[in-house]
Amino acid sequence: MDYPLLVGIFPQVLLDGIILGFMYALIALGYTMVYGVLEFINFAHSEIFIVGAFVGVEILLSLKGAGLLETLPWPLVLVLILVAGMAGSAALAVSVERIAYRPLRAAPRLIPLISAIGVSFFLQDLIRLVESVWRNAFNLVYPTMDVLNERFELTSTLDVSVKSLVVIVAALLMLWALHAIVNRTKVGTAIRAVAEDQAAASLMGINVNRIISLTFLIGGAMGGAAGVLFGVQYGLINPYSGFIPGLKAFTAAVLGGIGNIPGAMVGGIVLGLLEAFAASYLSLLTGGAFGAEYKDIFAFSVLILILIFRPKGLLGEVVRERA
Amino acid sequence: MLSVDVLDVAYGQIRALKGVALAVGRGEIVALLGNNGAGKTTTLKTISGLLRPTSGTITLEGQPLAGVPPHEIVMRGLAHVPEGRRIFNRLTVRENLVMGAYTRRDAGIAADLDRVFALFPRLGERVAQVAGTLSGGEQQMLAIARALMLGPRLLLLDEPSMGLAPVLVEQIFDTIVDINRQGTTILLVEQNAAMALSIAHRGYVLETGSIALAGTAAELSDNADVRRAYLGE
Repeated sequence: MDYPLLVGIFPQVLLDGIILGFMYALIALGYTMVYGVLEFINFAHSEIFIVGAFVGVEILLSLKGAGLLETLPWPLVLVLILVAGMAGSAALAVSVERIAYRPLRAAPRLIPLISAIGVSFFLQDLIRLVESVWRNAFNLVYPTMDVLNERFELTSTLDVSVKSLVVIVAALLMLWALHAIVNRTKVGTAIRAVAEDQAAASLMGINVNRIISLTFLIGGAMGGAAGVLFGVQYGLINPYSGFIPGLKAFTAAVLGGIGNIPGAMVGGIVLGLLEAFAASYLSLLTGGAFGAEYKDIFAFSVLILILIFRPKGLLGEVVRERA
Repeated sequence: MLSVDVLDVAYGQIRALKGVALAVGRGEIVALLGNNGAGKTTTLKTISGLLRPTSGTITLEGQPLAGVPPHEIVMRGLAHVPEGRRIFNRLTVRENLVMGAYTRRDAGIAADLDRVFALFPRLGERVAQVAGTLSGGEQQMLAIARALMLGPRLLLLDEPSMGLAPVLVEQIFDTIVDINRQGTTILLVEQNAAMALSIAHRGYVLETGSIALAGTAAELSDNADVRRAYLGE
């Protein structure tokens, strides 16, 4: 076995895993926050995420069409697409809750779940329809910005592209902001209060429906940011690209302990790392018997093992009975 | 201050309240007594908007409460300490109290925190503690303190003595009297009729969803039926 190679690629794989993990973490927050307040899996979140990517690509293509992509300063363009993607996904998430989930609040638990799956398919084909009519294509490529593809060679085996740095910095900022909102503000405390006991929260004068909308708004914004970063990092998107990352982010949320916000962050990063290491090392360690295409099998096997021994997830708490 | 008239409430096909009528005057402590299942908790939940009545009227300071959601009723000066306390277990003591003052934008919140800590010094020592780790008595104190942070004119208390040792029950009831003296009107639901009548001005007895008896605390304490059924004689 080629040990120097195994060791040599380690930092690069670690970096790739962290980037992927941050992406999963941002998406997973949307699942876990909604689950926290409603005990409901928003299966349409994968499309809420990819809509952010489409908002981003539309703005970039428009800027490019107007010849502004090269003339505007690139950090401004990045901030613009991030904010727009977040706003688009947040507005969509709030509308979906209002239209497709809230009327079913009192229905048996399976009913809103089925509604969510329906919304997921509906949104996939709606994006396809809109883009087909508008651009005559629904497989879209993020226009390249030359600065983003510049790479810094840190060592002979590790280099970092500007866009990777952008993803890491943006994701860290988002996670920090979310943490601050949820733990340090009155409205964040209200989100946690509603998650614990809706009736008691309403007796405090908290408008529970407004807090639920706000939860969808924040989760949607995080998903939209992840969508834009996904587009910037991987380049190619289509209306169905959200589905698999969404499913994996959902898994990450369960891995971290569904309903638990730090859990979603940890679960996302663990899953990203597992996937990156499996993709690079499986083939090397097995002499080519298992290729990189087995990465999901490996990653999910580890997940199943973790959940067998920790069914509440890595940071999931055992819910205390009321005294 | 509060008047409830011919109130009917049903859970599905089951009528829980049948024509309940009661009134609470400004500055009073009114006790609502009765056995398990008589409809005491249902009455409080309907007043605070958690349940919708099938018919009847509830007015708070002359304003009808029909169809007003709980979070808006709270803003009219009514606080409800629900059965089983329902504090936020995963929030700290301070965060629970901040949630109590959720609707307030005024500058008096800090002063009210001090006032609440003066009533319940134990809470002052545990501000940063996660509420789920408090003892049962401390949790009851927190539930009452949280309701006081709203600055209510009317306070509904559901079974404040539940699950507490006798010493603690006396302490809580002394505090309820203090709160009332400081100007808050109180409607108190209790299984412990002797304790409730010892601090109340007036009382009502609920039996299977209807008011069976009403009177001053002294009248109810002397009533032969009340003595047999609720005071254990």
